[in-house]
Amino acid sequence: MEYSKLYDVIVIGGGHAGTEAALASARTGAQTLLLTHNIETLGQMSCNPAIGGIGKSHLVKEIDALDGAMAKATDLAGIQFRVLNSRKGPAVRATRAQADRILYKAAIRDILENQPNLDIFQQAADDLVVEGDSVKGVITNMGLTFRAESVVLTTGTFLGGVIHVGLENHSGGRAGDPPSIALANRLRELPFRVGRLKTGTPPRIDARSVDFSVMQRQPGDSPTPVMSYMGNVAQHPRQIECFITHTNERTHDIIRSGFDRSPMFTGVIEGTGPRYCPSIEDKINRFADKDSHQIFVEPEGLTTHELYPNGISTSLPFDIQLAAVRSIAGFENAHITRPGYAIEYDYFNPQDLKHTLETRFIDGLYFAGQINGTTGYEEAGAQGLLAGLNAALRANGKEQWYPRRDEAYIGVLVDDLITLGTSEPYRMFTSRAEYRLLLREDNADLRLTEIGRNLGVVGDERWSFFQEKTEAIAKEQARIKSTWVQANSEQANKLNDLLPNPISREYSLEELLRRPEIGYKNISELDPEHVTREDVAEQIEVQTKYAGYISRQQDEIDKLRKNENTVIPDDFDYEQVSGLSNEVKQKLMTQKPTTIAQASRIPGVTPAAISLVLVFMKKASMKRAISVKETN
Amino acid sequence: MDYHSDTIAAIATATGRGGVGIVRISGEKAATIAQSFLQQSPTPRQALYSTFFDENGQAIDQGIGLYFKAPHSFTGEDVFELQAHGGPVVLDMLLNACLAHGARLAEPGEFTQRAFLNDKIDLVQAEAIADLIDSNSEAAARSALRSLHGDFSKRITSLTDELIKIRMFVEAAIDFPEEEIDFLADSQVLQQLDDLILSLKGVLSSANQGALLTEGVRVVIAGRPNAGKSSLLNALAGTDSAIVTDIEGTTRDVLKEQINLDGLPLHIIDTAGLRDSSDKVEQIGIERAWAEINQADLILLVFDGKKEPNFDPKNDWNDFLARLDRQDHIFLVQNKIDQTSESSEFVSDGAYPLIRLSAKLNNGVDLLKQELKSFVGFKQVEEGTFTARRRHLNALDTALTHVRLGRDQLVVANAGELLAEDLRLAQEALSTITGRFSPDDLLGEIFGSFCIGK
Repeated sequence: MEYSKLYDVIVIGGGHAGTEAALASARTGAQTLLLTHNIETLGQMSCNPAIGGIGKSHLVKEIDALDGAMAKATDLAGIQFRVLNSRKGPAVRATRAQADRILYKAAIRDILENQPNLDIFQQAADDLVVEGDSVKGVITNMGLTFRAESVVLTTGTFLGGVIHVGLENHSGGRAGDPPSIALANRLRELPFRVGRLKTGTPPRIDARSVDFSVMQRQPGDSPTPVMSYMGNVAQHPRQIECFITHTNERTHDIIRSGFDRSPMFTGVIEGTGPRYCPSIEDKINRFADKDSHQIFVEPEGLTTHELYPNGISTSLPFDIQLAAVRSIAGFENAHITRPGYAIEYDYFNPQDLKHTLETRFIDGLYFAGQINGTTGYEEAGAQGLLAGLNAALRANGKEQWYPRRDEAYIGVLVDDLITLGTSEPYRMFTSRAEYRLLLREDNADLRLTEIGRNLGVVGDERWSFFQEKTEAIAKEQARIKSTWVQANSEQANKLNDLLPNPISREYSLEELLRRPEIGYKNISELDPEHVTREDVAEQIEVQTKYAGYISRQQDEIDKLRKNENTVIPDDFDYEQVSGLSNEVKQKLMTQKPTTIAQASRIPGVTPAAISLVLVFMKKASMKRAISVKETN
Repeated sequence: MDYHSDTIAAIATATGRGGVGIVRISGEKAATIAQSFLQQSPTPRQALYSTFFDENGQAIDQGIGLYFKAPHSFTGEDVFELQAHGGPVVLDMLLNACLAHGARLAEPGEFTQRAFLNDKIDLVQAEAIADLIDSNSEAAARSALRSLHGDFSKRITSLTDELIKIRMFVEAAIDFPEEEIDFLADSQVLQQLDDLILSLKGVLSSANQGALLTEGVRVVIAGRPNAGKSSLLNALAGTDSAIVTDIEGTTRDVLKEQINLDGLPLHIIDTAGLRDSSDKVEQIGIERAWAEINQADLILLVFDGKKEPNFDPKNDWNDFLARLDRQDHIFLVQNKIDQTSESSEFVSDGAYPLIRLSAKLNNGVDLLKQELKSFVGFKQVEEGTFTARRRHLNALDTALTHVRLGRDQLVVANAGELLAEDLRLAQEALSTITGRFSPDDLLGEIFGSFCIGK
């Protein structure tokens, strides 16, 4: 049967990528269908119950700047908030929240159900309708056909998912959910390059069986941070503490005794796991001289006793898991509610995508989330938003968009995936961003909200909130530039206590703020006219302090800008470029960079090779121009 | 189609030869750079004879400045050309001044490439460019490789390792603040930064070929009175700077002359005739001569083949040898073969290298020049070699600047993320010598060294 309503966009999957994709598409006004195999698990946090952290919170704030759901839901569900790197500079500060799983899911569900232009339907997707080189719809497992201009695939770990506990394994998309076998088989018929990745979770523990008195307490920050630019502390539910405990030599001995039944060490698991999120058996194996590893004991919510012991993800057999857990301080009598497991799943080589996340082979088909080889809710959500937005733009015949590396972590994420591919689950780190000082948590809205507004994905409420903020910033910037402090004045004397040498001439407030010893708080005390909005004060301080570095990075960006704008035609034939080494030719032909800048980021592609390509492109366009003239 | 806006500079003439050398600058900053060199605004398409000043207002050279305004130039961009004296030291200083003004070194073939991209040359001409870029870059790569051999390469590699190690700590501390890792305390980072700064300075100062090129070689011409030392100096220099007569002891003072052997500057010191003398003035000259001899990189020991046909310094000049700190830099020159009817030749199988020549008739002087160059290990300067070296020094210099800036950020502002930024830029500078080091490589180092992850 064919469903009567024609959609602009269909999103398959209701995880973090799928929900952001569906919401973004619907926000632009596109008629959108979210297809999920289970409405109850929309917005489910399958791994650790936390949102944000270094590099990741940057993505969450960018999603928020484009009016996405993740930060809003976090403010409604967060039960412990902290700012990491708070003693370091603002560029690397990151907000992290423990989230109540149930509240988070409820918040996402609420946002989804109240989103205009968005329908939700519960059915597993079994097949894609492909006509020619274009996707035209989706067929569900009961044979229902939905037609749409664009389809976004966000199937996470469900494609060909296999769950391992010890040497036992079975098919599964997540503990308790079936995998998507039919769709996986269908996709394997298409010309995408498929690989296997692996990720894992720790066993969950019943808090009632745990002795917290021997653990280190880890309270949230005070004052409590918020995640969304528009969020406030009053939205937060009750705040609680986390705890820290450690493994010991006995734990390690027990775990070593299970190595012979480890699916990882015995070769049963073939997928590559992440280097930065190793299982406990991997940590003990690789860093044998370390006699203790840290475990963050994170509550899963306010209305459950389940705990997430972050740091002991494992796929060892259950008897080893239980013995190992019970050897840990505070867990002596622990009851495991769910065993830890590893999951292997299909991912598609993201080098087969365009920066818009549309596939190169099938027009209108978009991939987002773990299917592209990433890990993490934030990475998934960011891709989902971008894919959903572009799917909608495409359906409505509009020009698609993606942020550059200097505009957003989303840009870094997408460009890394598409230019370099990935051989392990890709996670964001701030060190991946060369323009780290520009891409801050505090300014994602200043970088992206206006762009989002123009693309139609930012709603009125956020837009007016944003405009007020930017006006206040501009006004305050003008004020501190034109407000002067005289030497020996009362104001100068107040500041002199902070400075190594007293103020000896007239200075503007801006000049004073540039000094490392002086903060916005100090200059605001000098003048009753200062702003009271904290987000504005923060912007003033950060922009002034980083000014020199920001303008240097801006110079660097301007230099590269032309290369970013120089598009390499899709049909460019590298074989014709004389002088390119075979190795470089191969790399360029398989990766098909879309711009000169992207080509130059491919490892092994030298500046000389780029010169050759540029010259050849120009030559080709001149020849074309000549032949056009001749045919005229 | 204008792809580039940054400004490039390069020495446009083959180095080390010819009376005139050209430094060419193309790009947006060409006019500003011209202004700074000439200390006046250049008029397009007018030759201006002027002194060339460096970024600090010091005169470097005098010559002709030529400014072409876009699009009426070879590349289609603003172009400024400095026509200066052709010595490599001068050209190097001029090029350095360009870089100080914000130009960067041009890639091989880049001027031609820009000309092409800006429609200044036609398709037929363009067909040749691909090959040109290719061959030039290969040559440049070869020369870069050459200069990367041996000690220099080892030191660059260990320098890079040092930098990566610091970055590993600095970046890991930023990206993994929750890990229980013994990240370095700021004081330790500071110590390592200071070590790195020292290493960078060390490598910079001992870039070997570079030192030869910029500082030259000190050559002492010594020998008995009237053996023809001054004549030899004149023959090498091609001027009459030393007074040549037949009276013993004519040269009473140390004479210096700088000559250029295909790009290698030689500082030649002609010593007063080394003999015991009761003449007070002459004695002073002799003392100075000894001071010079003991600082020399090379000693040309000149003897008169007619007077001492079997000259052997071990027998005949033992007193002289006894006063030297080392003897591995002695070169024997048998002069006056016009009077003994011998032909000019180089004999390398004796205790010391020996050249037979006639300074007076300029017979064998070229042979001497050749042998001198190979004796001090100076290879003929080819196109690219010099640039490659300048490139390395430039990269090291940029790296040093950033490491210092980053160190200040740590000390003054306690700003780890700004230190990280400067270290990234330092690494980027070094990567022009060592090849790209990506963020993922850095993460690999971190995950390989620390047990990270929950």
